[in-house]
Amino acid sequence: MNYHSPASFAEASALAANVDGVTRFLAGGTDVLVQLRADIVTPDTLIDIKMIDGVSDIIQNDDGSWTLGVAVTGAEMTEHAGLSQDWPGVVEAMDLVGSTQVQGRATLTGNLCNGSPAADSVPAMVAAGVTVTVTSADGSREVAVEKVPTGPGRTSLAKGELVSAVNIPARGDNAGDAYLRFIPRTEMDIAVVGVAVSLRLDGDIVTEARVCLGAVAPTVLLVQDCADAINGSTLDDAALDALAVAASAACNPITDKRGTVEFRTDVAGVLAKRAAKIAYARANGETVKGDHA
Amino acid sequence: MALDDRKSDFTFIGTRPDRPDGLDKVTGRAKFGADAVAPGMLFGAIVRSPHAHARIVKIDTSKAEAMKGVKAVVTRADFATGLTGEFWNVQENVMAGDTALYDGHAVAAVAANSALDARDAAKLIEIEYEVLPHVTDVDKAMEADAPVIRDGTADGSVPEGMHPNVVRYHESGHGDVAAGFAAADLVIEDSFKTEATHQGYIEPHACLASLGADGKGELWCTTQGHWYAQKHCAALLGIETSQLRVTASEIGGGFGGKTTVFIEPVALALSRKANRPVKMVMSRSEVLRATGPTSSTSMDVKIGMTKDGTITAAEGVFRLQGGAFPGAPMEFTAMCAFAPYALENVRQVGYDVIANRPKQAAYRAPGSPMAAFAVESVIDLLCQQLDLDPVEVRLKNASKKGTKASYGPRFDDIGLVECLEAARDHPHYSAQLEQGQGRGISCGFWFNHGGETSVSLALSEDGTVQVSVGTPDIGGSRASMALMASETLGIPYENIRVTIADTATLGYNDVSHGSRVTYASGLATIKAAQAAIAEMCKRAAAKWGIPEDAVKWEDGCAVPSGPNAGDFEPLAMADITADMGATGGPISGHFEATPEGAGVSFGVHIVDAQVDPETGKTSIPRYTVIQDAGKAIHPAYVEGQFQGGAAQGIGWALNEEYVYGEDGRLQNAVFLDYRIPVASDLPMIDTVIVEVPNPGHPYGVRGVGETGIVPPLAAIANAVSRAAGVRMFELPMSPPRILAALKADG
Repeated sequence: MNYHSPASFAEASALAANVDGVTRFLAGGTDVLVQLRADIVTPDTLIDIKMIDGVSDIIQNDDGSWTLGVAVTGAEMTEHAGLSQDWPGVVEAMDLVGSTQVQGRATLTGNLCNGSPAADSVPAMVAAGVTVTVTSADGSREVAVEKVPTGPGRTSLAKGELVSAVNIPARGDNAGDAYLRFIPRTEMDIAVVGVAVSLRLDGDIVTEARVCLGAVAPTVLLVQDCADAINGSTLDDAALDALAVAASAACNPITDKRGTVEFRTDVAGVLAKRAAKIAYARANGETVKGDHA
Repeated sequence: MALDDRKSDFTFIGTRPDRPDGLDKVTGRAKFGADAVAPGMLFGAIVRSPHAHARIVKIDTSKAEAMKGVKAVVTRADFATGLTGEFWNVQENVMAGDTALYDGHAVAAVAANSALDARDAAKLIEIEYEVLPHVTDVDKAMEADAPVIRDGTADGSVPEGMHPNVVRYHESGHGDVAAGFAAADLVIEDSFKTEATHQGYIEPHACLASLGADGKGELWCTTQGHWYAQKHCAALLGIETSQLRVTASEIGGGFGGKTTVFIEPVALALSRKANRPVKMVMSRSEVLRATGPTSSTSMDVKIGMTKDGTITAAEGVFRLQGGAFPGAPMEFTAMCAFAPYALENVRQVGYDVIANRPKQAAYRAPGSPMAAFAVESVIDLLCQQLDLDPVEVRLKNASKKGTKASYGPRFDDIGLVECLEAARDHPHYSAQLEQGQGRGISCGFWFNHGGETSVSLALSEDGTVQVSVGTPDIGGSRASMALMASETLGIPYENIRVTIADTATLGYNDVSHGSRVTYASGLATIKAAQAAIAEMCKRAAAKWGIPEDAVKWEDGCAVPSGPNAGDFEPLAMADITADMGATGGPISGHFEATPEGAGVSFGVHIVDAQVDPETGKTSIPRYTVIQDAGKAIHPAYVEGQFQGGAAQGIGWALNEEYVYGEDGRLQNAVFLDYRIPVASDLPMIDTVIVEVPNPGHPYGVRGVGETGIVPPLAAIANAVSRAAGVRMFELPMSPPRILAALKADG
């Protein structure tokens, strides 16, 4: 196994492009190192990107949008007052990952590129309209988060490509987001179902809703039918019921050690309603603690 | 000296001093299984079967042996031959013979210069398997077309016509159950299932082994019983027992799961072959795949009751799957099932069933929690349908002194009625429930155990005391031993140091199991202290020139036994020990026996459950444990045992389970998916210590380590079923299972 710690993304990309075998990028290492120890993945090349300038920065741009470095940890996000104020759903989703110790290492980028359909931060990023900057020898391009995972453990990134930044849109006024996951315990578990909702209010009417489901299909699902169910409503009971039906209808889950098809399908609807209510209250200016189900 | 009088007013016993091992454990100085090192040490790794059931056609070790850094490879051929009985079963489990019997079964092992080299070398061992049909479910393993796992394993107890996977049978009871059911106003019969759960100790199995060509060896390991390890390792390696010295490390939890051996004989075999010390440490996945979970069960229970709540008859059939080896504790399940109740008509049947799973190991009151789940659920159903109070019904039928137990003997002094009265009078039992909550209660019973016990107590010149016991400290027993010694000797707790001696230092000590340590090692400590007191009185008598029986022991001093004995100043312990070398030599006390007055134990749990009807998720907002401790030596550690039993029971009831795929492989061999409760899942667990002294112990002690896990499965099932409005018959009551039951109920 060869270990590299390049000084730039261009250098990292060039390294990855020119080696054979299994390559892994290392930031927090909370997936890569665990998989290595468990004999699940034994990389031939390990490229540590933590030494690149700026990878730990959280920057708010002039237009109100945010740029996060690829090594920004969950703990740093949670402690950032401005980011938490703007995007509580994204921050709380990342905060749900692992233990306190893991939070000191784990990153949004790692959670995304690990390719798990149950990754907590990914539905929240998709609902929020987050994009990532992907760097390769040909330069950089911006990719919507929902375009990155292609199946369990797989991404759309080509050989020599890597994520070099996370771009979170400006929140704007009268808007809120929320993420809820179902786990049988209270923490230290993996989502059986995850649902993220982001929306804006025009008066008391929902607009710009984005609803994303996790752990109910091979990839996270951005569900237009869910958005349609609540856009234009006051999030009344009829709209919430329609949202639940749309969420359950979108599910394409499996039965495994963590849950059954029936359970995931039912609970996706339940969580969609609960998450939408939190996002709505936040858009109304209320401070609501996101509490996983 | 009236040394055998039962003591009831105590100076030290019942106080809560710091544990002697506490500082070491919180500072990291304590040495656990994986903390040992030796010069020239190698590291071992095990190759495990990926198949649930497969004939081992060929093992090719040549590539591994050729790898740089590899010093030894062993297979079953490197162990003793011709073993029978449990020795053979343990050997077969530790290293497969002709057939791999479960996913994770050890097939070969390698020792190398580093742990990484050993892991890499293990991957180079090539094994050719012929995959055989498998079965992992207890009911399916008994069906006519089930694959036969180890033909000829069944013993003579099994009725004719049973499938060969049924290997042992038990039946007991008394009275006429048919007549009893005929006399009932309501008879309820239901079927129940529970999945296997793991003891979940935080410390994986670990050892350091050294065995020379001369047949002399040293073994350091994390274990609940190092004499057991000595005996079994010696047998499996074909060496003499006394030539293997075993030292027990500090232990990071056992709960019954460390009462046997797994990697220890393998490390010894590797060491013998490499002629170097070999260290082995299991990964968590190895612990879950290849060390003892509990049995899974399938049970039918039938109980008849009159309208006033009197049980007229009870009958149970208990089928336990204990892996591919005989020994599932089905007789304990059967015998414990109805023990809390005074029954005229009772019958219980047990089946020991083998399947393609790891060999079950003891887990706190082995077999009893599952029985309580089935029996106490049916009693709760009877209470619901007859509109009776669950505690009053249990009080009406409770076993008491003189009751003929469901499993045969008559009970001596027991504390079940006192526990039930404490439950009835506890504010928890009458507290208002919130919307969506239900309350459950359950009784629980465990036998408790005595076992071979040997203790030495040596006095130092300064009047302090060293106590050597042979039972690894799994629950604060060094503190308990020191308290009992200080009470007996009349000297401060701090003046006593208790050590867990190695196998070369004392006679055979049974394992720390059966809730026996505070009872049996405690009794032996008291008796050893009394022997030392007798010798000290003798020295005082000689000094004073009066007869030995004219001296008595009081508050840590020898004093004349009365005015006629003479007028002498009391001689403190340190006064006697200071010149003991000149007055007759070193003074020590010693005691060994197999005490048989352990005293059975009962408990009652009250639990509130809250069920989310939309997701089936359960939380436990309130929990109270009430249990008879006989006499609580160190109340904080008694409460800790009560709370620990409840905590493990909550996991077992709600989310812990072994999940096997269609391929017979364990699907959840990591703590992410084997869902032990985390701290935030648990409420503060309230405790009430009931003290009905055990007549079989000088200070009235009953073991408390196991009974606490007997009631939780049933109490939580009763609470969840009442909260959800639908009865749960299968564990764990995971959210998908509860939600499915709610939907089926409409």
